[in-house]
Amino acid sequence: MALHPINHVWEQGRAYALLGPSGCGKTTLLNIISGLIFPSQGRVLFDGKDVTQLPTEQRNIAQVFQFPVIYDTMTVGENLAFPLKNRRMERAAIKARVAEIADLLDLTNDLSRRARALTVEAKQKVSLGRGLVRADVAAMLFDEPLTVIDPALKWHLRSKLKAVHRALDLLMIYVTHDQVEALTFADEVVVMKDGRVLQVASPAQLFERPEHTFVGYFIGSPGMNLIAAKVSDHVAHVSGHDIELGARYPKIKNGDAVIGFRPDFASLAPEGGIPVQVRRIEDLGRRRLARVALGPHEIFANVPEGVSIGGGTAGLSIQQDRLFVYVDDELVLGDRR
Amino acid sequence: MEKPLNNRAWLMVAPVLVLVLFSALLPMMTVVNYSVQDSLGQNQFFWNGDAWFRDLLNPSTEIGARFSDALLRNLSFSLVTLALEVPLGIAIALCLPRGGWAVGPLLVIIALPMLIPWNVIGTMWQIFSRADIGLFGAALTGLGLHYNVTQNAISAWCTIVVIDVWHWTPLIILLTYAGLRAIPDAYYQAARIDAASRWATFINIELPKLQKVLVIAILLRFMQTFMIYTEPFVVTGGGPGSATTFLSIDLVKIALGQVDLGPAAAMSLVYNLITLTICWIFFTIMTQLDRRRYA
Amino acid sequence: MAAEVLSTSSLVAVENPARPRRAFRLTNLLPRIGFAIYLLALMLPIYWLINMSLRSNEEITSSLAFWPHHPSLQKYFFIFNDPTWVHAFMVSLTYVAINTVISVTVALPAAYAFNRYHFIGDKYLFFWLLSNLMAPAAVYAMPFFNLYYAIGLFDTIWAVALAHCLFNVPVAVWILEGFVAGVPREIDEMAAIDGYSFPRFFIRIFIPLIANGVGVTAFFCFMFSWVEQLLATTLTATDALPFAAVMTRSYSVAGMDWSLLAAAGVLTMIPGALVIWFVRNHIAKGFALGRV
Repeated sequence: MALHPINHVWEQGRAYALLGPSGCGKTTLLNIISGLIFPSQGRVLFDGKDVTQLPTEQRNIAQVFQFPVIYDTMTVGENLAFPLKNRRMERAAIKARVAEIADLLDLTNDLSRRARALTVEAKQKVSLGRGLVRADVAAMLFDEPLTVIDPALKWHLRSKLKAVHRALDLLMIYVTHDQVEALTFADEVVVMKDGRVLQVASPAQLFERPEHTFVGYFIGSPGMNLIAAKVSDHVAHVSGHDIELGARYPKIKNGDAVIGFRPDFASLAPEGGIPVQVRRIEDLGRRRLARVALGPHEIFANVPEGVSIGGGTAGLSIQQDRLFVYVDDELVLGDRR
Repeated sequence: MEKPLNNRAWLMVAPVLVLVLFSALLPMMTVVNYSVQDSLGQNQFFWNGDAWFRDLLNPSTEIGARFSDALLRNLSFSLVTLALEVPLGIAIALCLPRGGWAVGPLLVIIALPMLIPWNVIGTMWQIFSRADIGLFGAALTGLGLHYNVTQNAISAWCTIVVIDVWHWTPLIILLTYAGLRAIPDAYYQAARIDAASRWATFINIELPKLQKVLVIAILLRFMQTFMIYTEPFVVTGGGPGSATTFLSIDLVKIALGQVDLGPAAAMSLVYNLITLTICWIFFTIMTQLDRRRYA
Repeated sequence: MAAEVLSTSSLVAVENPARPRRAFRLTNLLPRIGFAIYLLALMLPIYWLINMSLRSNEEITSSLAFWPHHPSLQKYFFIFNDPTWVHAFMVSLTYVAINTVISVTVALPAAYAFNRYHFIGDKYLFFWLLSNLMAPAAVYAMPFFNLYYAIGLFDTIWAVALAHCLFNVPVAVWILEGFVAGVPREIDEMAAIDGYSFPRFFIRIFIPLIANGVGVTAFFCFMFSWVEQLLATTLTATDALPFAAVMTRSYSVAGMDWSLLAAAGVLTMIPGALVIWFVRNHIAKGFALGRV
């Protein structure tokens, strides 16, 4: 697995998500941080101390995996006590700490039960508990921990994770390919693809200002509309129509670019704006989503409340400050007029 | 896991059924036939009821004594070899690398003893254990031990045990290795994060996950030691005296050597019944383990 | 706690990221030494046999040596040129091959049925099959003798090939069932939706998916049949003698022909070694994927 150079500072007490499709390198990055893999180049620093060559057990990290990893033959209490016993903590201190973490995770009643008899999500809590029980843990790493959890119960475990985060003020790094998980969990999301980091930003910023076409496309449901266009100065030409851009773009080679805008910032009206063919309007309860066509391009747009679209054509308006221009998939900033 | 009920599946199982019925049930029927009859010679048989069986299971009769001696010999042999092979096999399996180029060749070398025809194993060790032409025999007598396979019962016993351990530990190694490979990496990673020692990793992760494989391995090995024939036959012939006359050797002696078909048949049936019972016990243990896992 | 807890700078990882190296300690060295000793002990009797096979009988009986002083392949040439020996080896190879083919072919549909379907008596049938694995050959020697004599197959390779089915068919079903379990049912369903008839699906799609399993199974069937000699010698007399029977006749006026025996023994190891060498990758993969 090859990763492109990554330079990042992960701050204490914040929650980060590593988001991206399968094979993008997020698990590799996580394993480099936790010490399960060694990078061939580069360094990992904890508080300025170089830990790159240190094995996992000597770093102050804990990791939760895709499926619950528990010690079958032990009780829940023994599971939680295990990391402390191995580090030669004294028995009374272990007992107190185990009780504290069990209370935090609602496992107090299960302490004397055999770990393998629990439900899957309880087992995953035990896995989590084993990481939290060490007071010196500086970072909690999660590798898609909700993968085997029943969808109906995912929210429960997610809110538990947030509660733990607030209570213990830990640095948490969470790997996932599910954008909902990433966006609800993290303070900052690291979007990755093919071994490179595309953008590191808060969920709001990722939504409002994607710096890469993949970020725009991957985040949001449906994702950003991306349309090939010829850009000349402050106008984008798409299928014989001109769209006004919010800035000037004098330096685009051949004018080849992609314009992007989210459906949330595009609205449909019976007339006015760019003429488009209406294919379908879906009533999703909270909003109405229209699927329209501009020439050969398929576009998603919002239908505002109270507006009814009758015939097969309508007018599309795009919020100018949410209309972005991408060249070679990267966001290009124009000159404001 | 839901499996659709489909009785047409019997068609797919039919060839297997026919073959094994032919190989197993048909012959057993003749055995049952012989076990309840006696003969005055010249192919004339008359009903003998359970007389053979009662003789067999009564240690005070000649055949009963012979049978219980052989049974005892077999059981102690099985226990001793298992006690040696299982820990050794597990220990060696733990030493094998989890991946890489060396695995293939190492597996081949380790499996080699199992690929040798059993009579050749007997011959090999027959040579190897002789004091005049074999390294093993020469080394032991050179150390001053009274080692003589043909005359000393303890030597004969120890040699057969060593042969069996040499021959079949690879089976335990291969099965254990397969079981170890099935353990996901995450468990080992979690153990490292928990700062667990190698021993703690073995006891808490590897051994529990090897339960099913070990039950299978122990069952197979127990049955094989219980049925052992060729190796002791070639190396010691069952001797000295009857020191290494195991059940199979005794049975073949009676059945093919003499004309006592009745007692031989009775012994066959009891022998088979014992193996079936042990098999059933292990099978139950295995299904219990499966059920517990998915509880 | 400082604001900067963790920083990863200029990380570039390449193919096959290195696993952390274990510290060089005595506790790591000890198992390796033990392993090496085990391998040595394993190879020693085999080496000794090879040693014997390259020495003449006079040399063997006169002195004990670690390697042959005048190595000669004389006994090997003798075996290759003696029709009895050659015939015996061919007979053995043939019945083993026949048995492997029969066992695997018959076991494939059965393994599929056991894993995918539930039918009346399936658990008992499976158990009974497995119990035949544990059948003592000694118990069956006499009855087989009578049976195959009665149907006129006595002293033919078919007798041995069929007799070995007693334990090889259960072995094949058992191992294959584990591999069938590893193929998701969705594949069967997709093939049915795509309009495949069952035989076509089974042969064209399913069997290639468990190729590793078939390799492992064939290996075990070959192994168990090749090594079994009690039934093989009981069911044959002159026409279909396996090599084991010929080996027991290696007496001469001067006593046991040790070097001839040793040479024959070494030759019998070769087919087994070849087979496992060819399937070694299947086995390693099969162990990782399937249930043994």
